[in-house]
Amino acid sequence: MSDLEQFRMETRTWLEQNCPASMRTPVKGFDELYNGGRKPEIDHPDQKTWCDRMAARGWTVPHWPREYGGAGLDKEQVKVLRQEMARIGARSPLDSFGISMLGPALLHFGTEAQKLDHLPKIARGEIRWCQGYSEPNAGSDLASLATRAQDNGDHYLINGQKIWTSYADKADWIFCLVRTDNSGSKHEGISFVLFDMADPGVTVRPIRLISGSSPFCETFFDNVKAYKSNLIGEEGKGWTIAKYLLTHEREMISSFGAAPKKSVGQIALETMGSDASGRLANGVLRQTIAQYELDTLVFGATMARVGDEARAGQGLGAASSIFKYYGTELNKRRNELNLAALGEQALGWDGAEYSGGVVSRDWLRSKGNSIEGGTSEVQLNIIAKRVLGLPDA
Amino acid sequence: MALVLNEEQVMLKESAAGFLAEKATVAHLRQLRDSASAQGFDSDVWQEMAAMGWAGIAIAEEFGGLGYGYTGLGLLLEQSGRNLSASPLQSTVLVAATLIAQLGDKEQKGRLLPAIASGEKRVTLALQEGPHHVPLQISASAKRDGDAWVIEGSKLMVLDASSADTFIVIARTSGSPGDERGLSALLVEAGSAGLAVSARSMVDSRSAGALLLEGVRVPATNLLGVEGDAWTGLSRTLDIANIGLAAELLGLSAAAFERTVAYLKERKQFGVLIGSFQGLQHRAAELYAELELARSIVLQALQTIDAGAVDLALVASAAKAKLCEVAQRATNEAIQMHGGVGMTDEYEIGFFIKRARVAQHTFGDYNYHLDRFALLNGF
Repeated sequence: MSDLEQFRMETRTWLEQNCPASMRTPVKGFDELYNGGRKPEIDHPDQKTWCDRMAARGWTVPHWPREYGGAGLDKEQVKVLRQEMARIGARSPLDSFGISMLGPALLHFGTEAQKLDHLPKIARGEIRWCQGYSEPNAGSDLASLATRAQDNGDHYLINGQKIWTSYADKADWIFCLVRTDNSGSKHEGISFVLFDMADPGVTVRPIRLISGSSPFCETFFDNVKAYKSNLIGEEGKGWTIAKYLLTHEREMISSFGAAPKKSVGQIALETMGSDASGRLANGVLRQTIAQYELDTLVFGATMARVGDEARAGQGLGAASSIFKYYGTELNKRRNELNLAALGEQALGWDGAEYSGGVVSRDWLRSKGNSIEGGTSEVQLNIIAKRVLGLPDA
Repeated sequence: MALVLNEEQVMLKESAAGFLAEKATVAHLRQLRDSASAQGFDSDVWQEMAAMGWAGIAIAEEFGGLGYGYTGLGLLLEQSGRNLSASPLQSTVLVAATLIAQLGDKEQKGRLLPAIASGEKRVTLALQEGPHHVPLQISASAKRDGDAWVIEGSKLMVLDASSADTFIVIARTSGSPGDERGLSALLVEAGSAGLAVSARSMVDSRSAGALLLEGVRVPATNLLGVEGDAWTGLSRTLDIANIGLAAELLGLSAAAFERTVAYLKERKQFGVLIGSFQGLQHRAAELYAELELARSIVLQALQTIDAGAVDLALVASAAKAKLCEVAQRATNEAIQMHGGVGMTDEYEIGFFIKRARVAQHTFGDYNYHLDRFALLNGF
């Protein structure tokens, strides 16, 4: 038996023995994912057990090095672990911005002390992170951000306001872009710092969205302390880290464009029926759905191709911008088609007969996909300038 | 299978690009058009292509080919699309050789495929009868008379008709238009009594023609495969043909796009390069994203053929529909963004939109393949 097969058998046995039965059921939505933190939202007591058991093996972040809370698995082993988890329908033990966003940035830009300080707590789900990027006057033009960090010896004093801070009301720490210098160009003088949201100078106000949910917050800083030991990279060079992280964020958001389990075509067939030739009864909707399904298939092939190219050491420069742009537009198209296919049943807002309005709320939420993490228009600017080399105005 | 080209394929692609950029460019296509060439391609260039193994690239080694598979042929077609290179690569290599490999018995394959692979024989499919691709609507008929078949009917859009040595005529030996059963494939030699071949002048300056078959007698041994049972092999051949055309359209669209972006960087209006206008930048960026998506489905479809997948229909229609859409957009945008010079015959960009539309329509356009894609998805 190859080492990989040996690993597969051991993994299978361990998962069988350690994954609680309740954690082998699919999550109903984004909200049911376990995010950890000092004040975790526990929907089921087994969530923490499952997370703790996986974390003890380094399997919440299996590809991270062991000294930082991972298991040091290679790509093939990680793939086997994912396959074996999928085989029994095991839920992801821990989902967090610490894992998907800050972790990769720390691994890339952090000092050894910073990695040892923060990564294991992310891996164990002890600290939940949020991202402090956008400001009321710095949206698409993120580099014009104005939240100030004033040098105060061994720490900075942070003053200013962030907006669209995802889950700031539930987070323990923030990774934050702040201005340490105003004298140069707007891209210079930005620094990337980490600090504790428990500081009394932090105020958080959730923002209610058109979908009724409040995943984002306004976050205010009034003389908040950020220790210089938690400055990542050099002072004034935070924009590089910000861009690196945005790439990760875009890839995460673009995954919304992946094909759903039940195709829109199937949904429409069930609600509207077909003609004698097997074609969906409404030819206009049928064409729109077919175009969407075709683009979804082709988008999936592109995700696979770019993954394969990355493994082969080639790469598509603007892949993350293409994915962000195309994936989010696809997700919006899918949500519009859900409305068309399900009819007025899709427009329910609340109550059991509408499953709590999940279709309409998801549809409304999807509108934000092409705004957050860099709008579609910003992605097109990036492709036009960086890939096609078109001139500035 | 990884969706990347291996080293051998990259080399093939580069050598094809170099050869075509020298020997079979848009300028050559213009010369062929202006000299009113009946056959629509340069025989000497075709012999050089054959000498490099291109004619047999997807033919198995046991029949004199290179056995490189359709991913290799797809790379040649993509490069042909980039240069608008006219050759019998589509008619003979992509379509006819595939159909012979699908339907022929060992003797027929042993006789025909090596002759195609060496570049000595040119064969083409005679299928379509009306202005649209509806492959089951065949009314041409073949009736048995002693040890011969007698064929009656007419065919349109026969690629490279005027220079073909042999036609594979799809005719009914039983059943009625619309039936899968009853379709047969028959080899008809050029010059056969009762066969009239007329060249048709098409917008892309390539040579397509029409056939009139009036009591054409061919020996019984000219039946390719089993009587009345051609549909499965024909249908698979059409799927492969559409994937190959998608590869050609990919190269064509990418080249039209690159020429357009280059123009945006050189043309000045209002005192600035027009490429600095966001109204054009976003359209170019969207098209770039579409082209990257198109590249993925073409490669996946080519690899699906070579992996020997039993059912190609879905991926073939997906690839063709997507590439029809992208090619249409890329060539329309190319004309619009070139402005007035894009409308002139002197500028080469017009040749791209012309070839694109013919390749799009060959063996089913966007509407045909999107409809088929939806049906294959169950709606």
